[in-house]
Amino acid sequence: MDPVPSPTHSGITLNVNGEKHALSVDHRTTLLDALRERLDLTGTKKGCDQGQCGACTVLVDGRRTVACLQFAVAAEGREITTIEGVAEGERLHPVQQAFLDLDGYQCGYCTPGQICSAIAVIEEHAAGWPSAATDDVRPEAGPPPLTPDEIRERMSGNLCRCGAYVAITQAVARAAGARTAPAAQTTADRGAAA
Amino acid sequence: MTTTTTGTPTTPKQSVGTAHTRVDGYEKVTGSARYAGEIPFADLAHGWLAVSTVARGRIRSVDDEPVLRMPGVITVLHHGNAPRLNTEYIGMLGAPPDPTCAVFQHDRVPHLGWPVALVVAETPEQAREAAEALAVHYDREPHDVALSATRTDTHPVDGFMPAVTEKGDLEAELAASDVVLDAEYTTPEEHHSMMEPHAATALWDGGRLEVIDSNQGATWVGSELAKLFSLEPDAVRVRSEHVGGGFGSKGVRAHQVAAVMAATALDRPVRVVMTRRQMFSLTGYRSPTIQRVRLGASADGRLRALEHSAVNLTSTVFDFVEPAAGPARVMYGAEAHHTANRIVRLDVPTPTFMRAPGEAPGSFALESAFDELAEKCGLDPIELRLRNEPDRGPVSGLPFSSRNLRACFDEGARRFGWAGRDPRPGVRRDGRWLLGTGTAAGSFSAGAAPSTAVATAEADGTFTVRIAAADIGTGARTALTLLAADALEVAPDRVKMRIGDSDFGPAWLAGGSMGTRSWGWAVTIAASELKERLALGADIPPEGITVRSDTTEALQALTQKERHSFCAQFAEVAVDVTTGEVRVRRMLGIFAAGRIVNPLTARSQLVGGMTWGISMALHEEAVRDPATGGLYGADLAGYHVATNADVAEIEADWVADPDPDDPVGLKGIGEIGIVGAAAAIANAVWHATGVRHRNLPIRPDRVLQAVTGAPDA
Repeated sequence: MDPVPSPTHSGITLNVNGEKHALSVDHRTTLLDALRERLDLTGTKKGCDQGQCGACTVLVDGRRTVACLQFAVAAEGREITTIEGVAEGERLHPVQQAFLDLDGYQCGYCTPGQICSAIAVIEEHAAGWPSAATDDVRPEAGPPPLTPDEIRERMSGNLCRCGAYVAITQAVARAAGARTAPAAQTTADRGAAA
Repeated sequence: MTTTTTGTPTTPKQSVGTAHTRVDGYEKVTGSARYAGEIPFADLAHGWLAVSTVARGRIRSVDDEPVLRMPGVITVLHHGNAPRLNTEYIGMLGAPPDPTCAVFQHDRVPHLGWPVALVVAETPEQAREAAEALAVHYDREPHDVALSATRTDTHPVDGFMPAVTEKGDLEAELAASDVVLDAEYTTPEEHHSMMEPHAATALWDGGRLEVIDSNQGATWVGSELAKLFSLEPDAVRVRSEHVGGGFGSKGVRAHQVAAVMAATALDRPVRVVMTRRQMFSLTGYRSPTIQRVRLGASADGRLRALEHSAVNLTSTVFDFVEPAAGPARVMYGAEAHHTANRIVRLDVPTPTFMRAPGEAPGSFALESAFDELAEKCGLDPIELRLRNEPDRGPVSGLPFSSRNLRACFDEGARRFGWAGRDPRPGVRRDGRWLLGTGTAAGSFSAGAAPSTAVATAEADGTFTVRIAAADIGTGARTALTLLAADALEVAPDRVKMRIGDSDFGPAWLAGGSMGTRSWGWAVTIAASELKERLALGADIPPEGITVRSDTTEALQALTQKERHSFCAQFAEVAVDVTTGEVRVRRMLGIFAAGRIVNPLTARSQLVGGMTWGISMALHEEAVRDPATGGLYGADLAGYHVATNADVAEIEADWVADPDPDDPVGLKGIGEIGIVGAAAAIANAVWHATGVRHRNLPIRPDRVLQAVTGAPDA
């Protein structure tokens, strides 16, 4: 077994999907390899191992992160959410359900990364973050309409070689619509009150 | 999730033709679908390939001693200690093996990135560091990697079709033509770049070799490995349950062969996963092509002469033909009709099948040429094509099983809004964008190959169907479930479809748009016969009732015909001539591609093919460095494939086109989506700007250069 501690290994605790995992890792081990090879969480995929394809996208403290460009030792103390942790038991996350219903995938290998990315995209947009496709980027402008062009731009860090982008964009729009429906209501109410 | 029904059969309802979400969809969206490199094994060792740093030469020495002393390193395999392989055989595709899969057999290096060693260690980190530390010394020789139109060392090679077809007097017909077009088109080196890298785990279990692999055909890979390692066919089992894309590249490759060698030497499971960079030299690619098209027509657009000649490169160890001149033999007739595919042998990796081999680059040239001819004749591009619709195979003279290209154009033109299109180029503007529309036709052969399937009626009232099929993202697993359900006259949730295991019996591979058709035929026969057996009213014993099928004889009985899918592609583009940017605003593809089994997944596959068309037209280009013999930027940052932001509206639909000789009417839809798509975009760019782009991809610099200087980019 791996020596603990040593110049080449460290004992760390990773908090993944709400569970704490104590393990000894080679310092060269990426978060991606720790998830896949050590914790048997193979839902996070390795497409390029150099931060170019997005297949390994996970959420670290709620922000999307490519797990191949982060060392496992640097992820200690962070809240990591992988594709295995986004559903509530048997009930799929709305983004997962939309991908399944609208066929937002083909081979499925980029899918976990796409879904994790989409979950964060919807949050980022709701929080008012602009993208390169946003016309008015002033903070007071608030979140731009989540148009297909906005979704396409924000999802472009995740490659899909099967070419499922059209359905991916539809799936993200559907899931975002389900989430923002109550918020839109609130805005309308406020407008009416003003 | 699905519901389980037992006991009395549900009301028979046809499943084929209605949309069904994927039967493996839940596993794919939850991350529980395990791909080849993700099956855990106790005592697993990790292999890492070391590849050559020279493009041509001989290995003088492999300094494995220092590496063997590194932490965790178990062994280093190379040409000095690896077992000998048998490469003297004809494989399932009717050809000898590409020697680039037969690793560590000699000291010769035929291209940059050639596998020279496999380092095996206890962990992936240890294996990787040792492989990168391994010093290999070479006697370097001068290399030649440059394909050009002026080379004289081209050879006509048959490949999977005759290299040359010649009918009529070409020069005489050209001389007698009212309108003549003579143009050269080029397409660049393109890489499959599926998202899942090639991965294999090999182990010996109870005297049998087992390989957990990512491939397009378990039977195919299993039979090749058995021959390479001189094993009995049934001594090899290949499993490939989920496959993260293939597109032609996932056959027998260096990683499986190296993994089997190591597992045999160490008597423990060994996994070899390729890096993204290694994939660019070890998993095949589409050769660049140089194509010349000469068309001669009467004033009314009817062809008198058609010549399409194509040149592609290949390695020095295997002749792979990218038959770009092939589509002309199907698409258009002429009194004089000459086509030829030639190759040049260079110090490069061997190219291979990539989505629509031949048709994808060939249709770019031929369908661009037709657009140019339409312009010269003053004819609408659709009208020109319809005037040249052949009633029999232009070269073979055989009848078509069905040819519904005209219906595709009728439906496509109506839905795209083609009528009344102003043919003049460069006259539509939307702010900084010049707008244009373009169209192209396409075809891809429809075939089937022998396959076997096993259908079992289980005692609990469900059905299990086993077939060594591969679902590389096509939706085959779901389509086969629907086909079996209809043959059994039950709901699809009563059928469990098991695929991706060579122990299920011989079956064809996911390739040539022949997968689902070949497997569907076998599944339909097995399920139909099982249905007949059950109709006799026998009780189902605990082990179930099992029926096997084999389509070999049924396929031999098919008469010779021209069997193809057809399509009409439409594109609207916007071109910014100040930045050179080209945006595809919308695409429409109408397909005549046999009966469609599952509209939901079929649409995804066709749209995916059209997305490849955008990628081919505008983005993809692997550039080889003549100095090193390798690629510049051999990764997904240097090699551009279409991203989400590159793809706007794409619609795909189809016309009725059941194949009259298939039990269910299937043809195959894997490849037809890309055919003609790049030409439709290039033709739209001409319509937008008035500049003809005959070299792909249509990069911003080419657009800019064209507006500022030369008339043809």
